[in-house]
Amino acid sequence: MVVSQIVTAKIRIGAAQKVFRDGAREVRALNDVSLEIQANEFVTLVGASGCGKSTLLRAIGGLETLTAGKIEVDGRSIAGPGVERAMVFQHYSLYPWLTVSENIRFSRQFSVNRRDVTSADVEIASGRADALLRLMGLQAFARAYPNQLSGGMQQRTAIARALMSRPSILVMDEPFGALDAQTRELMHDLLLHVFKMESTTIVFVTHDVDEAIYLGQRVVVMAPNPGRIDSIVPVPLPAPREQDMKLSPQFLQLKKQILERIRATSGLGSSKDLLEQLTREAAPA
Amino acid sequence: MQLARWWVIRGALSSREYWALAGLGMLLPLLAWLFVSGAGWVPKTFLPTPLEVLQRAREWLMEDELLTHMWISMYRVTAGFLLSALLAIPLGLWIGSFRPVQALFEPLTDFVRYMPAVAFVPLVMIWVGIEESAKIAIIFIGTFFQMVLMVAEDVRRVPMAQIEAAQTMGATRGEIMQLVIFQSAKPAILDTLRVTMGWAWTYLVVAELVAANSGIGYSILKAQRFLQTDKIFVGIMLIGLIGLLTDQLFRWVHRQRFPWLYRKS
Ligand SMILES: Nc1ncnc2c1ncn2[C@@H]1O[C@H](COP(=O)(O)OP(=O)(O)OP(=O)(O)O)[C@@H](O)[C@H]1O
Ligand SMILES: [Mg+2]
Repeated sequence: MVVSQIVTAKIRIGAAQKVFRDGAREVRALNDVSLEIQANEFVTLVGASGCGKSTLLRAIGGLETLTAGKIEVDGRSIAGPGVERAMVFQHYSLYPWLTVSENIRFSRQFSVNRRDVTSADVEIASGRADALLRLMGLQAFARAYPNQLSGGMQQRTAIARALMSRPSILVMDEPFGALDAQTRELMHDLLLHVFKMESTTIVFVTHDVDEAIYLGQRVVVMAPNPGRIDSIVPVPLPAPREQDMKLSPQFLQLKKQILERIRATSGLGSSKDLLEQLTREAAPA
Repeated sequence: MQLARWWVIRGALSSREYWALAGLGMLLPLLAWLFVSGAGWVPKTFLPTPLEVLQRAREWLMEDELLTHMWISMYRVTAGFLLSALLAIPLGLWIGSFRPVQALFEPLTDFVRYMPAVAFVPLVMIWVGIEESAKIAIIFIGTFFQMVLMVAEDVRRVPMAQIEAAQTMGATRGEIMQLVIFQSAKPAILDTLRVTMGWAWTYLVVAELVAANSGIGYSILKAQRFLQTDKIFVGIMLIGLIGLLTDQLFRWVHRQRFPWLYRKS
């Protein structure tokens, strides 16, 4: 019997291609995207709007099937969603008719989680739900409904729910995009804490370059038309990350570098050029 | 002055103000009616006074089996409506969740929906006869097709993120239908039922006007033959009252069953 001794990446994306048909128009959302993500790595994805970040993320989550190429998790090709990959969305994914605690336990009802369960398993799951409530600082809100919570609390609930079945991968699409700046900073530190405690692999999409650098061990910069990986920027900042690091020269240098790549590939030129061009067009001949 | 507050777009209104205005809205037409009918300008057969209508209601209740007519009408409406809901809710769930089912049924339903239910009355009489089932069939035809389309629309409004979240947590298709889509659409579906209940009463009267020898609609028609305008008034207002009560009942159930919609902090 031959056992593969090669250490495989946690997630391996091989020449991923995704073409959407929009009437007669073809949109190349992903074009030959290859990326390897190691176990217990935190990777962030940034890039101009429409560069395929969400598409790539949804493909990893199993919600989108690729036109060509493949995605392997733990060396196995994925076909559809799987409980080892949990997703956190930007909005509207909590169940408003369930309390916070019921939302977190929601997946316990599914048959995948009920096969061969012993009473010990049930007890463990119940303990896990309580632990997650505590980890997310939600104990006081266990019986509240989502629409009674602030945006930050709602996203904490969504993260807790995603963690309930102990996924080895957490896939997050702009989870903090709708939060105010202060709440977002709190959520960053909370997420890094969760990342350490749960030792998961996280793939995180954002528009916010600060966020991408602060959270990520690598920042993947994507470019649109067609959607592709432009560059991969390792973040040499030490762990644990601290808010003050955002002011360090090293951080600012990284930020400048990444922003330049995003601007260069956004297809609009720099916004200053665009402004000048618009002014010129508006001026009388 | 104070009243400027009332003209704030979507402004707040205290519940006392609300009820005062609601009462006024009910009272004004009553006063106008009282005035016009009491002044003696119009003959009694044209417009009876409120008092005469009340008296007639009492008479009808005491001597002429008002309750029997009421029960039979309510039975027909409820039966037609429940039958409609029983079939429309599952079908609407399917149409709203699966594109092929939508393609198969929606254009057809849309087509039938535009055929006036009233026009089916002669056909129903030929096919079903003039038994109870005929009235129920007319109510069914009048409400079912609308209900299916509205339920399907309620189901389509379930946010995709709620469905996808369940998919990534490992839910099967059946679990998603039952634990996510149906649960999420339930409040909207109950509202759809509340609205279609009103239509069920409309079709009841149509059915009873044509093919019945009992019920409120039938009584209204009979009263017209004997020029008992006051009795017509009683019948119409009774239906209005029953409708208002049913509507409030639906709203009450809505508040009881879906507390999260009403609990904001
Ligand atoms: N279901 C779809 N049907 C057709 N086109 C789609 C679909 N989903 C995405 N696209 C297109 O694919 C491209 C990539 O979309 P995607 O949502 O992945 O971008 P993104 O990087 O997440 O953008 P944003 O930063 O605005 O969220 C876009 O041009 C988009 O219009
Ligand atoms: Mg996106």
